Amino acid sequence: MSEFTVSRRHILQASSLLLASTALPTLLKAQDAGPGGRLVVAADSEPKNLNPAIVASNGVFFIASKVIEPLAEAAFDGHDGLEPRLAISWVGSADGRSITFKLREGVTWHDGKPFTSADVAFSALNIWKPLQNLGRVVFANLQGVDTPDDHTAIFRFAKPTPIQLIRNALPVVSSVVPKHLYEGSDIATNPANTKPVGTGPFKFAEHKPGEYYRLTRNDAYWGKDQPLLDEIVFRVLPDRAGAGAALEAEEIQLAAFSAVPLADLDRISKVPGLKVVSRGYEALTYQLVVEINHRRKELGDLKVRQAIAHAIDKTFVVETIFLGYASASTGPVPKNAPEFYDADVPNHAFDTEKANALLDEAGYKRGADGNRFTLKLRPAPYFNETRQFGDYLRQALAAIGINAEIVNADSAAHQKAVYTDHDFDLAVAPPVFRGDPAISTTILVQSGTPAGVPFSNQGGYRNPALDAVIAKAAETIDSGERTRLYKDFQKLVVTDLPLINVAEWGFISVTSERVLNIADNPRWAVSNWATTALQP
Amino acid sequence: MSRALRLIRRRLLSSIPVLLIVVIMTFLLLETAPGDAVDAYLLSIGGGDANIAESLRRAYGLDQSVLARLWLYLTALARFDLGWSVAFERPVLNLITERLPNTLALMGSATALSFVFGSVLGIIAGSKPESIKDRMLSTISLIFYAIPSFWLGLILSLIFAVQLRWVPTSGIETIASGKTGLERLADIVRHLILPVGALALIYTALFLRVMRASMAEAWKLDFVLFARAKGLSRNRILLRHVARNAALPLITMLGLQAATMLGGSVVIESIFAIPGFGRLAQEAVSGRDAPLLMGIILVSAVLVIIVNLLIDLLQTVLDPRVGASEAMQ
Repeated sequence: MSEFTVSRRHILQASSLLLASTALPTLLKAQDAGPGGRLVVAADSEPKNLNPAIVASNGVFFIASKVIEPLAEAAFDGHDGLEPRLAISWVGSADGRSITFKLREGVTWHDGKPFTSADVAFSALNIWKPLQNLGRVVFANLQGVDTPDDHTAIFRFAKPTPIQLIRNALPVVSSVVPKHLYEGSDIATNPANTKPVGTGPFKFAEHKPGEYYRLTRNDAYWGKDQPLLDEIVFRVLPDRAGAGAALEAEEIQLAAFSAVPLADLDRISKVPGLKVVSRGYEALTYQLVVEINHRRKELGDLKVRQAIAHAIDKTFVVETIFLGYASASTGPVPKNAPEFYDADVPNHAFDTEKANALLDEAGYKRGADGNRFTLKLRPAPYFNETRQFGDYLRQALAAIGINAEIVNADSAAHQKAVYTDHDFDLAVAPPVFRGDPAISTTILVQSGTPAGVPFSNQGGYRNPALDAVIAKAAETIDSGERTRLYKDFQKLVVTDLPLINVAEWGFISVTSERVLNIADNPRWAVSNWATTALQP
Repeated sequence: MSRALRLIRRRLLSSIPVLLIVVIMTFLLLETAPGDAVDAYLLSIGGGDANIAESLRRAYGLDQSVLARLWLYLTALARFDLGWSVAFERPVLNLITERLPNTLALMGSATALSFVFGSVLGIIAGSKPESIKDRMLSTISLIFYAIPSFWLGLILSLIFAVQLRWVPTSGIETIASGKTGLERLADIVRHLILPVGALALIYTALFLRVMRASMAEAWKLDFVLFARAKGLSRNRILLRHVARNAALPLITMLGLQAATMLGGSVVIESIFAIPGFGRLAQEAVSGRDAPLLMGIILVSAVLVIIVNLLIDLLQTVLDPRVGASEAMQ
């Protein structure tokens, strides 16, 4: 339960802080922060569907993860990097065709009914596999779920399925909802999707559209002496400057997911009583990626792609665009996934001369105006940083004689142009690494995904060798062998550059110093907050 | 008063084609914007596979042709059914009735305040055009008029909410406070001070300038000369003759402003986190939610038509020349 706070101006104090922080939270928890209090948190969006079993997205988890629990949650340390929630153990069979989950006993739903294996079987077969955005991929081969008793669920797969993948995916794809509320109804329009009923430490109390969500303490929660808070209120603050002002005025105590813009962090970290925390997002790593349309003749040439990679100064991107709150990428798997990460891959160091030489070699000489050719560049509009990187990339490409014309669009238009109409040459995207390459990473380079799927390979790239490695890893049961295949995967991607990984970042929380026990797991912002407390 | 009644009837009849054109134009405009409600939704949830997109399009009715959808919408509208918002998964009418009062409170108070202050200050400035008083008021008003509303809103919030903590930074009322009755009203007023202040400061400047300019004109007219010749006091000429005549363009301005303020509230509502109409409109556009956006535009158009009708009626009372030709036909 240690806590590491990052404050750019307090570097000298960091060591003493680190020492103190190991003792402080437990001490304060024991003395002052007895159970109770209302934590007010900034929320920038109001998901129309709050059911994480259907919509496994961070916007939904941010609120719903306190109400509805997964089988297991990610942990900094702990067996398999997991902490048991509704399941207490998981064992895969040798042939990869079944996984046995032992479920927690004595758990009740917020409406008082007991939680049993029937709820898990129903959620898996009727929601995760057929309806959930990520579960449709992860549970594609799930055939049935046996429930020999109330606290055992045996997942049976039609094809061998790696336990490593299921394990890594559990925190994201395994939110369990009550069978008795969903059975026999139209799941997509069930009222429990907007007023969720779960087993979590907090009950859903109310949603005042445009204003707030309110969760209240679940007195019957299975966790001993948990939760510590009485209430959590998610206050809707659509304007980023507004979240910072509300923190300073002490109207809210926490702004997660970088609700306070990076540029304001330096100033706000100097406000007494507030601190900037960059831990607690390790399993939600976002990657800054240059997507490439390989249908374009010039970009189909590896030398040109290498030249573009050499033209990008990753250090500059990290220091200037992310103000240091990011790190340079080496490949498609981020450093925050140590199980799979491989640093031993080809490196495209920043080298404008080499980039120019590569382009000359490829036969694209500079014209009279100094340009070799012109590309259409579409930066994704979802983050300040993706837009700013678009501006940087245009300049970086100009230095090697490629004229990039930036096309800006809002989210829906960007999605249509890049992922459906393929109306781009280069695009800047922020895909998420979700704990295992097979969940949402291999799809970025694998061939065969139909048009219209966001955050997938829509650049027309096809590499049979890479496709083979991805397909093999998808059915390799042995975790060691599977991990080795993903190391090959990283090498192949960095060698052939279907896309260019530039940087990877987690989000930043700004909180009042009164909020205790935050960031104690790598998906903290989207976990259940049962141990979070508020110092009076 | 039959003149007024005839005016109302004529206006109501002529507003029907106006509303129809507004609806169709909005629909087609949103249709030409790239990306649809499914694209917007899929991005907000971080993606999904191709079959999800397809089944969502079917569920939203987006697999039908443009004309079929427009016809469906119009026939529903003829039954006073505003339809279903796909971005919120709720009936459009519920969303609008939930948000509209907030915006009306914000807009109404800002317009009323700026109209009162603007006209009073305009009279002061216009009482002696080109005097020091006039020049000072005109300069200050020009400065406020030139300031973008979002900037003014943020600065006011930093000073009065963050530094001085006199008022809350944002919201329409204290969250989950359980307040009722007068106590709740006082809470809402406290929350509205900054956003109303930001809007009113800017629009006061506008009314002030219109009032001042039309007073400067009025001073030069013959009836002022006549009033002077009659030996009326300066104050009497100022208020009874100059100001009264100068107020007519101000009333027209008020009608025009009503439409502008519906649009201007988007920015202020976002900064101050007020769940209002402007923010709803913005969410409808970014979610490509055609029924919701059309509902918003339709209700806005109706509001503007009503306000302008009221203004015209007021004009017929203040100025006998207005509406006379319409009434005679």
